[in-house]
Amino acid sequence: MTAATTSASNAAKPAGENLRFYGVWLTGVIMLIVLPLVFSSGGSLTSFSLIGIAIVFALSYNILLGQTGLLSFGHAVHYGLGGFAACHMMNAVVSHGWPIPLPFIPLVGGLGGLVFAMIIGWVMTKRAGTVFAMISLGIGELVASSSLILRSVFGGEAGITTDRTALPRMFGWTFGPQLQVYYLIAFWLVISTVAMYALTRTPLGRISNAVRDNPERVQFIGYDPHVVRYFAYCFAGFFAGIAGGLAAISFEIANSAYLGAIQSGLVLFATFIGGTAYFFGPILGAILVTYLQLGLTDVTSVWQLYFGIIFIGIVMFSPGGIAGLLMMHRPLVRAGSLWSVIPSYLVAIVPTVALACGVILTIETIARYPDGERNPVNLFGVAFNPGSPATWIAAAVLVIGGFFVARLTWMRIADAWDRAATVARDRGHLI
Amino acid sequence: MVAGATRPRIFHECTVLELIVISTLNGVLFGMLLFLLSSGLTVIFSMMGVLNFAHASFYMLGAFFGFQLTKWIGFWPALVVAPLLVGAIGMAVERYGLRNTHKHGHVAELLLTFGLAFAIEEIVSMIWGRSPLDYRVPALLDFPAFTVFSTNYPAYKIFMLAVSVAIFVALLIVLKRTRVGLIVQAALTHPHMVAHLGHNVGRVFMVVFGVGSALAGLAGVIAGPALVTQSDMAASLGPILFVVIVFGGLGSLPGAFIASLVIGLVQTFAVALNGSLASAFGPLDPSAGPSALADIWNVTIAQVAPIVPYLLLVIILIVRPMGLMGTRES
Repeated sequence: MTAATTSASNAAKPAGENLRFYGVWLTGVIMLIVLPLVFSSGGSLTSFSLIGIAIVFALSYNILLGQTGLLSFGHAVHYGLGGFAACHMMNAVVSHGWPIPLPFIPLVGGLGGLVFAMIIGWVMTKRAGTVFAMISLGIGELVASSSLILRSVFGGEAGITTDRTALPRMFGWTFGPQLQVYYLIAFWLVISTVAMYALTRTPLGRISNAVRDNPERVQFIGYDPHVVRYFAYCFAGFFAGIAGGLAAISFEIANSAYLGAIQSGLVLFATFIGGTAYFFGPILGAILVTYLQLGLTDVTSVWQLYFGIIFIGIVMFSPGGIAGLLMMHRPLVRAGSLWSVIPSYLVAIVPTVALACGVILTIETIARYPDGERNPVNLFGVAFNPGSPATWIAAAVLVIGGFFVARLTWMRIADAWDRAATVARDRGHLI
Repeated sequence: MVAGATRPRIFHECTVLELIVISTLNGVLFGMLLFLLSSGLTVIFSMMGVLNFAHASFYMLGAFFGFQLTKWIGFWPALVVAPLLVGAIGMAVERYGLRNTHKHGHVAELLLTFGLAFAIEEIVSMIWGRSPLDYRVPALLDFPAFTVFSTNYPAYKIFMLAVSVAIFVALLIVLKRTRVGLIVQAALTHPHMVAHLGHNVGRVFMVVFGVGSALAGLAGVIAGPALVTQSDMAASLGPILFVVIVFGGLGSLPGAFIASLVIGLVQTFAVALNGSLASAFGPLDPSAGPSALADIWNVTIAQVAPIVPYLLLVIILIVRPMGLMGTRES
């Protein structure tokens, strides 16, 4: 489908490209190590931990959606079961005195997710497409509802709690401080990311892509798409379980919210907003969605609505996600024709931002209308009173005016883009 | 789960026969409501190949519009206006959303409706709040229709049943006896051929999507006062709706009809039954302590009711993966 997932084999790569390839990974690892030293407050450590977990989870989801073309609405089932498996294991380790230190616990979570995927996956992956999506939704609801019935296993509404510091120590680390938990998560993040990237390079990863693009032809060359989908599903379940295990360690609790539809929806949002066609897409998406989730909840009560709007916008206007948008520019950069598009971008920024402000003002005005003057909308330091007609008029002018002017500038971008793409095509960087 | 909202009052100290009569009535009623929704969903899916995730959200919009319009202009005008409004929204979604997304494939369309469902729930809870609304049965229908043994059966439920059956009959006539129905039927099995015959497929899609949404809206208006009108009603009904159409076989209207009734009846009966394995075979040895087995042993059928549709889904997928009456692969 795209350059990153289907580029030529490693053998033909020049030395410079190899260097760049490992350079990217090395930079990522160094950033993970250095980040907590730069931003060392407790809040940012927790945020980084959450983002790390979200990245593993979103990457595991992309094994299904991006690599194999399976749209699942119940991926959180494996995440949650992994979390519960990890919690039970941690409690068992403590009560039986087994010599298993904490860093190995996410593996137990992964096995929890894997075992359930192996049991349920065979029936689920019989069919792909819309039917698979509906079945995954049904299974998700089934497990989420069952978790409230099987109280002894899932702890009912309260969930299962655990204590990560009670486990046997490793290298003298207690894993009490958030910093140590962060490094544990970063360690598993690197391991999982490398493993999942390697998976896309194996024959299984390749044939998964083929199943996504054309299952019939895969049958012609002697593979069973059902079996391929099943294996992909199991791998996705395993890595989701690792993410769940990490979450259980980080929060020291597993409850039925881990398994629920909201968690499944969030991972779908993160993966799709980031972009499913590139391996790094879900990483971007997970960072953005987690950051927004943490940041927006303080600012507005209707943050979920903004998620929905961003998601709809991405689906309608940029189905490749953020990664797709970024990578669209690569041929233009190589051909050196990007400079001719940039002025149009700069022109478009003003009305587009105005439109966005109008939408935000409209939503916030409606959301805060019942509170009246006590809860003004604070937009870039300007306070708007949700009860006054002036606010409504301002919102309407911004939305309507912004939309029409922005549309003109978007058309200008499209024209400039066409010209730049023609140049790139002439120079052989765009097919 | 939904139809059992009045269970504790109705089924207190009742005989088995009474339970059967009332549960059958409630089950058929819930089943017909499900069919109002699943019929639109099935026709939309068959014609356009897109499973409308936001269908249950249109049902919810119907209920909230019905509540608001009842406050402003009364229940009876609301019964007509609210579905029309929802239908108009549905048409707009098709015209400006789905039609533009179509070029990106079915997954993008499904995701668009998923995002819409999410956004609609947030908008509804932003405007009307997250707690249940006081959406009352209209005074004209607020009396017991008849009494079975000791239970008063409300007239409003009979009215709901009548409306659902009337819509069902109307749908049947439109589909089987009119030219429009002919096109829709043809599009169910041979969508490309219909396009080749020169029908304005875009407009047919838009109208079908609008009518399907309006039917969902109507279901919402009439179900709102009897069930709970709350911003999570779409999220709780939506998955059941998808079970119905997968169970019946994707793209099959008779399948959707049978599946609606089966799921409506099964769920209503499950909610009404208080038995558990413990009551059937005696309690487990208490010295064994709490375990998963004890949980399963002691859980009542009523408590299991919410997961019954999903269990049916898993069973049908193992036994007959294309659903009861399904013929087409997805």
